[in-house]
Amino acid sequence: MNNFAAIFDNSWSNWLSDLGIAGLLLLPAIPLVFIAVYALYAGVYGERKVSAFMQDRIGPNETGKWGLLQTIADILKLIQKEDVIPSAADKLLFVMGPAIVFVGAFAAYAVLPFSPSFIGAHLNVGVYYAVSIVSIEVVGILMCGWGSNNKWSLFGAVRSVAQVVSYEIPAGLAILCGVMMAGTLNMQEIAALQSGINPNTGENNGLGLLNFFIFQSPVAWIAFIIYFISSLAECNRAPFDIPEAESELVAGYFTEYGGMKFAMIFLAEYASMFMVSVIISVLFLGGWCSPLPNIGPAMLNTWTNGPIWGVFWILFKGLFFIFVHMWVRWTLPRLRVDQLMYLCWKVLTPFGMAAVLITAVWEMYVRNPIK
Amino acid sequence: MSSYFGTILQSAKTVLGGLGITMRHLKNATNQRDFTNIAEDSNYFKQPDGLVTLQYPSEAIPTPSFSRYRLHNDAADCIACNQCANVCPVQCITIESFKATPDDMAELGLTSDGSKKKLWLEVFDIDMAKCMFCGYCTYPCPTECITMTPVHDFSEFDRSNFLYHFGALTKAKAAEKRAKLAKYEAEEKAKKAAAPAAPKPAAARTPLAAKAAPVKAEGDAAVAEAKTDAPKAEAPATDTPKAAPKLSPMMAARLAAKKGDGAAAPAEAKADVAPEAKADAPQPAATASGGDGGEKPKPKLSPALQARLAAKKAAEGGDGKSE
Repeated sequence: MNNFAAIFDNSWSNWLSDLGIAGLLLLPAIPLVFIAVYALYAGVYGERKVSAFMQDRIGPNETGKWGLLQTIADILKLIQKEDVIPSAADKLLFVMGPAIVFVGAFAAYAVLPFSPSFIGAHLNVGVYYAVSIVSIEVVGILMCGWGSNNKWSLFGAVRSVAQVVSYEIPAGLAILCGVMMAGTLNMQEIAALQSGINPNTGENNGLGLLNFFIFQSPVAWIAFIIYFISSLAECNRAPFDIPEAESELVAGYFTEYGGMKFAMIFLAEYASMFMVSVIISVLFLGGWCSPLPNIGPAMLNTWTNGPIWGVFWILFKGLFFIFVHMWVRWTLPRLRVDQLMYLCWKVLTPFGMAAVLITAVWEMYVRNPIK
Repeated sequence: MSSYFGTILQSAKTVLGGLGITMRHLKNATNQRDFTNIAEDSNYFKQPDGLVTLQYPSEAIPTPSFSRYRLHNDAADCIACNQCANVCPVQCITIESFKATPDDMAELGLTSDGSKKKLWLEVFDIDMAKCMFCGYCTYPCPTECITMTPVHDFSEFDRSNFLYHFGALTKAKAAEKRAKLAKYEAEEKAKKAAAPAAPKPAAARTPLAAKAAPVKAEGDAAVAEAKTDAPKAEAPATDTPKAAPKLSPMMAARLAAKKGDGAAAPAEAKADVAPEAKADAPQPAATASGGDGGEKPKPKLSPALQARLAAKKAAEGGDGKSE
């Protein structure tokens, strides 16, 4: 239908997959390495520094310059730790749990468009795949909690499952708004549709930011906020961290975990944070498209688009949302379980349904009128 | 229904308000309070903008110069009067001193306020692990040599490191001076023995014969004896109307001391009866101290108190050995 060749070509990932087995191994290794580096620095170090500054503290500052080696030291410690498996635990579930939690988060990276030239799997059902594969995480969490044979772990796992399953409904409704505006489930195409470039003529309208879906509909911002709140809940991030709930459940479903298994769960948490940040960026904020407009002769939008700029923009937007996640975490107290469910079922879901209906009407009669 | 939307609106408002607060703190995180002039800071109690962390071992709020923490004794000013050790409620101060021979007075010199030093300060130990920082030791100090300093961070891994030594003498020098004193005392005794018929007041005023007693070890014994000797010495002096035998030993001793200061008569009377007791009795010591001034505080103590002190010292000595 549309000819997107002028906007994205997936040339990098196609080149890699043409290399054969080596390229196919490299293709998922790139996001994996990225997750590791990002979780170390933007995640752990960044979170500790941001939380410290927000609380008028200094944060890690002794290990290396500005404490930059602190996370390396932490990883070294975690690697050296004894791999304890409680004797009362269900060994199989206990060992598999963290792996499945991480795989669930990591599998979604296959459809994240990191650049107009790079995507792990150019699926025509990309968004659908991402939403569904993330549900596997819930199974992993339940395996961790059940397999630990610990009451805190089980409480945390049950809460987590209840929370994630509940919040998939408003999250799905909000995603539906973005998908309806795009008319496709393909992540690259959703991003391309917000670039301001006409897929058929290849002309750039140069509006930059204004082409993003969040500004293309009167209710898109509602869907955006609903998805953001739901994504916090799905990542078990504060203020929805009742599955962890340090003050009541020790550490929730990963109470019994230590060493590298704990690191795996930690990595999965940060991986899913970045994943939802990229999904919200792609759906509502143009993915790898530059937000800068062309102003007269200053072709800012044209200059700042392209495969390499695309990597920059997607990481910039993703990390910005990571920062917002941290900002929210260190601002708001944890919700009670009933408040959590109230917010989900009584506020987000009705508003999400209303947003879907209004978006549908808007798309049919205003934005892309039926001819 | 309105409360439903009202709740949502209020939640949104409070969430945004909270986010604004944390963002303000994040923005201010580049500022930090300057601790260097904190004592003069008029906003001492105000919560400042920006980081509040004080990286303690590498940074510290300066303690005011008048703060009262670790004790310090300036041995150059100390006259070894023992008042700080006496007043200390937890007995954390140990002082050992002995007399200086007259030819060493110049070497001992004066304190910074002009007091004459008469005693070699052999040991001046403060056990800061026992100290309760009451500051009582600093008030009676006649030369203000024992002070509380603003040093508050002096934790140790070994408790024995809390024993602070302020004594001014080396072991070798202390031994030398003690030997010198013993020799000098022996000479004085010999001189005294050679002139037994000397008039009593004169004998009492030859300072070092009487003074020899209070040297630490022997002095303790002497003081302990004084308690029993004083009433004995008093009892025969019935010719003086004031000194009634009914008086308590403390009162009697004080009266005797007064008399000793004023008139030589009672001293003479006693000397007649018990010449050997006289040397140990408190009043000659009092007169002797009246002469040289260096020992003022000790002779003024009542015999009862002296006995208690002696017992205390003996107990301390025992503690020291067991440790």
